[in-house]
Amino acid sequence: MSSSINISQVDRIYTDTDGRTVQALKNVDLDIKAGEFISLIGPSGCGKTTLLRLIAGLDKPQAGQLSIDGRKITGVDPERGYVFQQGSLFPWLDIGQNIAYGLRARGQLKQKKAKVGEYISMVGLDGFEKSYPHQISGGMAQRVAIARALINEPKALLLDEPMGALDSFTRADLQDKLLELWKENGTTMILVTHDIDEAIYLSDRIVIMTPRPGKISRVIEVDLPRPRHRGGIEFLAMRKEILELFELAQAQPQPEYNI
Amino acid sequence: MNTATVKLSATVKESITDKPKAAWNYKNGSYFLLKALLTVSGFVIAVGVNIFFPQKAAVEIKNYTLSIFGLNIGLTMNDLYRALLVGLILIYTVSAIRSLADKDKRKKFCKNAAFRFALGLALAVWDIGGTKLQIFAQPFFPGPAQVAEAYLADGEYVLQNTLYSLRLYSAGFSCGVLLGVGTGILIGWFPKVYYWVYPVLKITGVVPAVAWMPFALTLLPNSFTAAVFLIVICAWFQIAFLTAQGIQSTPKQNYEAARILGSDPVDLIFHVAVPHAMPDIFTGITSANAMAFTTLVMSEMLGQPGGLGYYINQSKVWSAYYKVLAAIVIMAVLFSLINHIIGRIQKHTLRWQEGVVKK
Repeated sequence: MSSSINISQVDRIYTDTDGRTVQALKNVDLDIKAGEFISLIGPSGCGKTTLLRLIAGLDKPQAGQLSIDGRKITGVDPERGYVFQQGSLFPWLDIGQNIAYGLRARGQLKQKKAKVGEYISMVGLDGFEKSYPHQISGGMAQRVAIARALINEPKALLLDEPMGALDSFTRADLQDKLLELWKENGTTMILVTHDIDEAIYLSDRIVIMTPRPGKISRVIEVDLPRPRHRGGIEFLAMRKEILELFELAQAQPQPEYNI
Repeated sequence: MNTATVKLSATVKESITDKPKAAWNYKNGSYFLLKALLTVSGFVIAVGVNIFFPQKAAVEIKNYTLSIFGLNIGLTMNDLYRALLVGLILIYTVSAIRSLADKDKRKKFCKNAAFRFALGLALAVWDIGGTKLQIFAQPFFPGPAQVAEAYLADGEYVLQNTLYSLRLYSAGFSCGVLLGVGTGILIGWFPKVYYWVYPVLKITGVVPAVAWMPFALTLLPNSFTAAVFLIVICAWFQIAFLTAQGIQSTPKQNYEAARILGSDPVDLIFHVAVPHAMPDIFTGITSANAMAFTTLVMSEMLGQPGGLGYYINQSKVWSAYYKVLAAIVIMAVLFSLINHIIGRIQKHTLRWQEGVVKK
């Protein structure tokens, strides 16, 4: 039920509208073990979302290769679920239909109809089947997005700052839900985030990335026992360690000239 | 802290007991009665006007024989008009009694009272100003009794023409919607089709459909298909234009999410692009519908063997303006009904938008 993912020597260069090239990723190497919970963290522009999109198959690298369980990734596949930052639910479908979308698209809705209700309860949204996306809160919408991705039973779940737009209470709640689902399903989890606490709280390993050009600067093993305590001494120590790393990792401020 | 809450609740209680007067609105019994009287009084005035004002215009008010249970009752058209008004008064009285129990219905009934009064008053003014005192020029302002005559004496012919119009409209408009949505999807989805077809659509789309009539009448086998063709093109271009726009404005993220969940390209068209374009498609259908009515009536007036437009033209030749008016009333009712049906379909299809879009 879970997959290992191998990323080797990946380069991705974008050309913006003015014709300038931006090296979003340069020489990225990463091995993700099956069933692992991994976080990609870094300041904006470090290429973390680009890397996630490459793993999803939404984008292709200019150089290097990405593979899953030894097979080269050539395009999107329901085996790699994806949760967008926000607003990816289909507004014209109700919650039940949104969650059932993958089953319907793959022609499995008839056999697996019962699963829809199951996944609605799994994310704690019983009674909201008939609501439309605009009628529910941001936190609930993200839970729907997660359930919608999980119903396809993906071997890897890619999460692009799924909690970025949520308030801290809802976020903590959803983090626990995510851990619960991870334990139940054993899916490989790859989370893009800019929240250091979130990365420590959830991951087995944290991949720290730096911008211009986007590359992996360090991979930190989080060997804290689960369930983790957000205010624990070791937790805070690790937080401090990463913060210090970022101070080093961030580009030097440009000198300011005053005339 | 505790005392503060107690104090607060005490003041609230006082302020409630300060106002012993019942509110003067639909919840109040005498207010409702007043509104009910207002509703029917307009029609009562209309009946009174028709009975008590002598007719000055030299217009013949025909007789009509009503056969019920083997009895032949001779009535003048004025009697029928009065019967209609009495019928309205009865309907609104029953409606008032029926809405007594339901709070929402009472509110709605009260809200409509002023307008219904005005409606009755307008009928009275029309009656007095027309054939009664001949303030308005005759025969351009026939009285209500004469319009009733058009329906009763000429009823079968009016119905035939109405059905002819309806046939033309439904054949033309349904084809137009199908072709419009189909073309719109192709233009919105395939860049090649967009490149070749969109400019053509944009330029020909601004030409009023009736401008093509000379071609339609000569190139198509009969006048019916010619009129259908004109309605088709006026719906087709407008709907295709908006459908294409709706499809092209679908956010990329919707497609990406759908692809990852397992959608193939056909699925993307029919389960992402088209649902997203639905609000635009309905905007197209609604505006095309208005143009289709215009095209329908104009083509009937210019070259059809039947239809309400044809009936108007024919009646005008005989200066039978009461028949013209009768046809206009039917158009108003029929086209409103069609609009209403389209509105209901739209509301049902776009129910997911409820509360998002300000109406």
